Amino acid sequence: MELRLTVNGAQVSGDVEPRTLLVHHLRTALGLTGTKVGCDTSSCGACTVLLDGRSVKSCTVLAVQADGCEVTTIEGLADGDELHPLQAAFHDHHALQCGYCTPGMIMAAVSLLRERRPLDDAAVRRGLEGNLCRCTGYRGIVEAVLAVAASEDARPGAAGAAVAR
Amino acid sequence: MIPAPFAYERAASVEDAVARLARHGEDAKVLAGGHSLIPLLRLRFARPSVLVDIGRVPGLDGVRDDGELSIGAMTRYCDVEASPLVAEHAPLLAAAAAEVGDEQVRHRGTIGGSICHGDPASDVAAALLALGATVVVRGPGGERRIALEEFFVGFLETAIARDEILVEVRVPVTSAPWAFEKFNRRAQDWAIVGCAVLAGSEPRVALVNMATTPRRAPLVEEALARGASAREAADLASEGTEPPSDANASAQFRRHLASVLVRRALERASR
Ligand SMILES: Cc1cc2nc3c(=O)[nH]c(=O)nc-3n(C[C@H](O)[C@H](O)[C@H](O)COP(=O)(O)OP(=O)(O)OC[C@H]3O[C@@H](n4cnc5c(N)ncnc54)[C@H](O)[C@@H]3O)c2cc1C
Ligand code: FES
Ligand code: FES
Repeated sequence: MELRLTVNGAQVSGDVEPRTLLVHHLRTALGLTGTKVGCDTSSCGACTVLLDGRSVKSCTVLAVQADGCEVTTIEGLADGDELHPLQAAFHDHHALQCGYCTPGMIMAAVSLLRERRPLDDAAVRRGLEGNLCRCTGYRGIVEAVLAVAASEDARPGAAGAAVAR
Repeated sequence: MIPAPFAYERAASVEDAVARLARHGEDAKVLAGGHSLIPLLRLRFARPSVLVDIGRVPGLDGVRDDGELSIGAMTRYCDVEASPLVAEHAPLLAAAAAEVGDEQVRHRGTIGGSICHGDPASDVAAALLALGATVVVRGPGGERRIALEEFFVGFLETAIARDEILVEVRVPVTSAPWAFEKFNRRAQDWAIVGCAVLAGSEPRVALVNMATTPRRAPLVEEALARGASAREAADLASEGTEPPSDANASAQFRRHLASVLVRRALERASR
């Protein structure tokens, strides 16, 4: 079946079998292997991408369900050589060890920062419930997300920062 | 795992979806948010030959107030949770929606899918039972309304016919005190047991995961109507239930949890 997506800002089209999961389409057909598969039960969140701006588990979305939609993966965050603020904060706060959960964790955090303000420690933990990390113990991850929230809030006239749902 | 092959069709309208279901018969399944169905397809517990996707049908999502709340079947949990109308007129439902899975699941799963799947562990189903909701389904013979109470028939079995689509959930508006309690061991998990309470002059109490279907707790409600205390009423929470025993909890532990959660919810709702 013919599938058209906008992935990280670029139009892509191709033919997919209806049973293809979005994560497999991204990784195999489009070569975007930043998005990981960590489980078979929709539990781990390693496959998290943005679908029309909202975090979803791409292992639990059929590629055909995303037809015509915008998909953002971890590859779409950095601006050239400049890391996205969350990527930089994960680096600064030791929010990763093996890194397997990190792409999904960051994409979930992008969505969280857009949708739920203000954020405190408990709200970040709750917001990242769908993402499991086997290595870090979460402390650094929560700190990284809070650091980005704080720096966005501090930016004068930051329109996106005060948006609450 | 990858699902077994199936054909995929995108419905343009409710009528179109109904016609496609009628044409394909037993082998077709409706696809909404996919967050119950796709996990089943991946495990190959379900092997439909055709999926009819209702995700793009215009007019199936959103919340309106027409005296009751009218919630479109395709309204996603996150939008139920964020709706000012739901917050004002049925806050119990917003609270239940906020407890489902995790953010990613709430971005995809729909209120209609949660009901049609017929899972006894559905959080919103219990809230909607306590709220006295009705569902509107449309099929080849037109539209019918079914009290949610009569909708759940057995484990993953409902009163909807194979060629019918649930289009709308209707919820009476209420300002009665309420509470939702959910017990699980890990944040994103399903309820081991949960309960929804709508207090007020005729209290209604519904249980998550205490039987083969979401269900009310009539003995608790009757005891409250007689003037029993929260504790006395809550002691009756597991009467008549058939809770499952599984890796998360024994039936006996679930019975205990039901009484504790119902008591907590009743106390919270009466504060
Ligand atoms: C990781 C994870 C955690 C979860 N945790 C919870 C939890 O804590 N609590 C909870 O309650 N749920 C939980 N769920 C399930 C979630 O709530 C599902 O989204 C929901 O049960 C199904 O809604 P859906 O729109 O995704 O339906 P789908 O999966 O698309 O469909 C489910 C069933 O209903 C039928 N159907 C759907 N819509 C209609 C319609 N309008 N008319 C007729 N038939 C229809 C389908 O044919 C299918 O049989 C979880 C799911 C996942 C993946
Ligand atoms: S791969 Fe684990 S949730 Fe998608
Ligand atoms: S850094 Fe290894 S799983 Fe999170």
